[in-house]
Amino acid sequence: MKWNARTWTWLLIGGPIAVFSLWAIADNTRLYFVTLLNGLTLASLYFIVASGFTLVFGLMRNVNLAHGSLYLLGGYVGFFVAEKTGWWVLAVAAGFLAAAIAGLLIQVLILRHMQGQDLRQTMVTIGLSIVIADLLLWAFTAQVHQMEAPEWLQGPLRGIPLIKAYSAYRLSLLVFGVAIGIFLWWLLTRTTVGAMIRAGVDDRQMLAASGVNVNLVFAITFMLGAGLAGFGGVIGAVELSMVPGEDTRLLLASLIVVIVGGMGSVVGAALGAVILGLAETYGLAYAPTYSVVFTFVILILVLAFRPRGILGKPA
Amino acid sequence: MKLTKRIWVRSMIGAAAAVAVSGAAWAQGAPIKIGVLATLEGPFAAGGADGMRGAELAIRQRGGTVAGRKIEMVRASSNANPDVAVNAVRKLVEQDKVDIVVGPLSGGEGIAVKDYSKTQPNMTFINGGSGAQATTLVNPSPNFFRFNTEGAQWMVGLGKAAIDKGYKRVMVIAEDYAFPYSQVQGFMSEFCRLGGKVPVKAWVPLGGKDYSSVIARIPKDVDALLVVLGGADAVNFLNQYEAAGGDKPMMGGSITVSQDVLNYRGKRRDSLVGTMSAGPYADSFDGADWKAFVADYQKNYPVSAGGYPSPSLFALVYYTNMKAALDALDAVKGDLSGGQAKYRQALSSLQLRMPTGTVKLDANRQAIGTTFVTEVVKDGKGELTTRVLRKVDNVEQMLGMKKEEFQMGTRDVPACP
Amino acid sequence: MSAAQWRRAMNGGLRQAEAARAPRRSAQPMAGAARVVTPADADPYAGSDAPRWLKFLWRTLSARHVFVLALVLVFPFVATPFMTFQVAAQSLVLGLIALSLTFLGGWGGMVSLAQMSVAGMAGYAVAVLGVSSTEISLGWPWWVAVPFAVLIASACATVIGWLSVRTEGIYTIMITLAFGVAFYYLVLQNYSVFNGFQGFQKVYPPEVLGLNWREPLPFYFLSLFWALVGYLAVKWLVRTPFGIALQGVRDNPRRMAALGFDVVAHRVAAYAFAGLLAAVGGVLLVWYNGLISPGSVNTGWQINILVIAVLGGMRHPIGAFLGAVVFVLLQTFAIDVIDRERFNLVIGVVFLAIVLFSPDGLLGLWAKLRSRFGPRQTVNSPPSRH
Repeated sequence: MKWNARTWTWLLIGGPIAVFSLWAIADNTRLYFVTLLNGLTLASLYFIVASGFTLVFGLMRNVNLAHGSLYLLGGYVGFFVAEKTGWWVLAVAAGFLAAAIAGLLIQVLILRHMQGQDLRQTMVTIGLSIVIADLLLWAFTAQVHQMEAPEWLQGPLRGIPLIKAYSAYRLSLLVFGVAIGIFLWWLLTRTTVGAMIRAGVDDRQMLAASGVNVNLVFAITFMLGAGLAGFGGVIGAVELSMVPGEDTRLLLASLIVVIVGGMGSVVGAALGAVILGLAETYGLAYAPTYSVVFTFVILILVLAFRPRGILGKPA
Repeated sequence: MKLTKRIWVRSMIGAAAAVAVSGAAWAQGAPIKIGVLATLEGPFAAGGADGMRGAELAIRQRGGTVAGRKIEMVRASSNANPDVAVNAVRKLVEQDKVDIVVGPLSGGEGIAVKDYSKTQPNMTFINGGSGAQATTLVNPSPNFFRFNTEGAQWMVGLGKAAIDKGYKRVMVIAEDYAFPYSQVQGFMSEFCRLGGKVPVKAWVPLGGKDYSSVIARIPKDVDALLVVLGGADAVNFLNQYEAAGGDKPMMGGSITVSQDVLNYRGKRRDSLVGTMSAGPYADSFDGADWKAFVADYQKNYPVSAGGYPSPSLFALVYYTNMKAALDALDAVKGDLSGGQAKYRQALSSLQLRMPTGTVKLDANRQAIGTTFVTEVVKDGKGELTTRVLRKVDNVEQMLGMKKEEFQMGTRDVPACP
Repeated sequence: MSAAQWRRAMNGGLRQAEAARAPRRSAQPMAGAARVVTPADADPYAGSDAPRWLKFLWRTLSARHVFVLALVLVFPFVATPFMTFQVAAQSLVLGLIALSLTFLGGWGGMVSLAQMSVAGMAGYAVAVLGVSSTEISLGWPWWVAVPFAVLIASACATVIGWLSVRTEGIYTIMITLAFGVAFYYLVLQNYSVFNGFQGFQKVYPPEVLGLNWREPLPFYFLSLFWALVGYLAVKWLVRTPFGIALQGVRDNPRRMAALGFDVVAHRVAAYAFAGLLAAVGGVLLVWYNGLISPGSVNTGWQINILVIAVLGGMRHPIGAFLGAVVFVLLQTFAIDVIDRERFNLVIGVVFLAIVLFSPDGLLGLWAKLRSRFGPRQTVNSPPSRH
């Protein structure tokens, strides 16, 4: 085995984790594996939301800081629809659509006119996030809204070895995350639009030069990114409830996922989400007041040694 | 020339007369400005709005005047952050020149406003809704009065009720800040003294909604869970707990068993029957004063105009404090001269009659009042509602303990594993 | 080019621009620093006997400088203590913190959303190291605690800068926002050092030489002093070789790297200087509030500082203070005019309007109005900074 930088990195990171895992399994096996599942399911939610963010950033170099507000918008709309119709599936679709349409409007009406001025675009999204958040606060008040899981997902799944029972809804989050991941993989690698998006991430100007309607591609990407945020909002609403302040939390999570995993890379978003989700849940379970510190430390380590993220591409 | 001079002289006389008359009127019944500070923005915005309604109700009940003077209510808003609250109070006192301040709403703001009140010795500050123990226990201010009982006082009686129901080992799940500390202290000081044990205290970090890790840590051998979370967070917790297959009975803090919990539609709904809780009031209390207060609230603030179906905790505490302010003004006949010294004297010795009983103040100007222990029951229509198990009067801030034994609630105090 | 030559060239260029504004004889076109300074307009006071510093003042101060200085010096004596303390002093303190962002964003090309967090770090350090009503505080005297606090916060700012600048400019916003929000959650959830949700109360400014710095007048002059120091420091720094190089790094990092400048070092140094400004502002802020809690460093405040900087305009240091005055006035008196609950909406809309229609903020609006209605400008006004 060659003792170069790579093996050292694996050892330095993997070593403490392995030691900790052995101790934790010996101490309370059930807690360890439940926390593992908790972390993976939380990671799925983070992945869904962050993948939209990274797509928009990777292609359009636009740090969409209104992403959190779009999450909240999707969640509230989904809650509203669920209340009125009682169909959870309809609520999910409504949340996705509402956020996608909002994203489309933002892109076409405002951001398109500032092509190339990255900083200005980002500031616009900041302003929009403040406005959207306050409008939602006005409409829905600061009361916490709790959405219910659909009937067929309620209650625990029993009979799992070792863990005995686990929330069916949380497991479904994992399923959703994987499904979205597969969908995005298919979209990016097997469709023309996906090829255009990937090409645009690599070289925007060449894409325009090769005759593609760049504005259309941008609009579609922004719609998709925003829609993913809204979709995440609805499914997150059941697990984590809707309250003003969730937008900041999810925005921070998306930022960290994308910084750690790498800008513009969907696989990077998956990796970053897993790292963040596991760090948060293990932190919460074993050292509650220091869980944020773990997140901080991971962020600092990645920025110090891999500024572009683990799987990031050079700009 | 002569005409203008005449007009000039007459208008001058007229003006002088007007000033004299209004001056006299001013001397007789100048309006009293009362500044009311509540959290109209941020996480407690809905509660703050209801608090304003409660304060306004107290003024409306007196027809808008007290001791012959008109009452002018000046609103101020904060967002549960202490620095915003201090800025808002400073504006009320120095810019809007109010005579009395009623507020703030949240615990941390209360401590900051109390510190500010020490820099304004000629102004009287009456609490709005803040319920932190430290406000009147640690460095109390001579001109800060609190006519509502605080978080620890609200839990008196629940410990005994838990022992009576057979819960010997209880796990505590609460948010990690001062208000739940005081609630847990109020519960545990009685519970531990009567032989109960609390093996695990799980403090949930603020800002987190993910209770899966806490649920995974629930030991198998506890009899019940004491959940001190806000009503909506409690529903979140219940959902996640039920989804993870849990089945232990629950006891709630003062803000836990709220309308959200009572409207819970999950599968564990029936297991909520019997959930005990304690607080400064109970929806189903059948005292005459309470019923009158509820009716008055509902008349003035019907649901269509934005009020709640029944007054919330915040409406009650703001109403209580404002009523105290006005009753004391009556007692001194509106005389706020001499740095308001006589007024503060009246406040200290006031026996306030409020909807759930009589309140008087202790040496730190903290209220001694009534606490209700309640239980969730199913009514005839299958809806969940609460009934009063027990009413405890004359609950003081020291919770009946001697000064040497009493310790303020923190993460580790009290402890009886 | 030596430092003295840079300075002369810059001074020459500035005076040319001012000459161009007045409809005098043929104004020579300003072509940046590469101008030859002719003896004719080198120094109008060259012949006079006045001391050098006086000549320097005559050269650099104009009527409007004197006017503004007189205004801020006289203001507390004519206004109520409330206006002096809550409006003016708060504007100066927030303006100082926003100045750090203006410097970083306007001259460094890096918009950092972590400036309020740096200020919060200094504030927390003062609370933890100094005197407060919480047991965690160490109780050091203020003249030890404050320098340490400023040092710690500046050091943290340097580290944040080092972590943020090794990638492209647009990443900076993301990374600094992430740091800021993570810092918020840290101080919210940690009890052993930061006392969590409760924060630190009774962190009061000291009494020095019989003067209580908590009183409106002394505190106002204290903040005014530091605001002036910060303002002058920024104005001086951007004309030093370092400042010029920083602007070069802002405009074209590749070319600067090719010329041999260490791009990363310049950027990190800019962060360190901005961190110093923000740290001083943070100490003043915690003294102004008399307390510090997680609510003082939350995301809302991070964005508010950005709003203040953009509102005033990032083209000149005075913009930060202008923006702060408008912001504080809105914040204090909004409840009298509209529902205070919708304050965020108002700020958000104002910010959006500024970014969409006048990206240079109020200063940009002022410049546009002057060019529309003011005396005829020649074509040679200084290149606008975008």
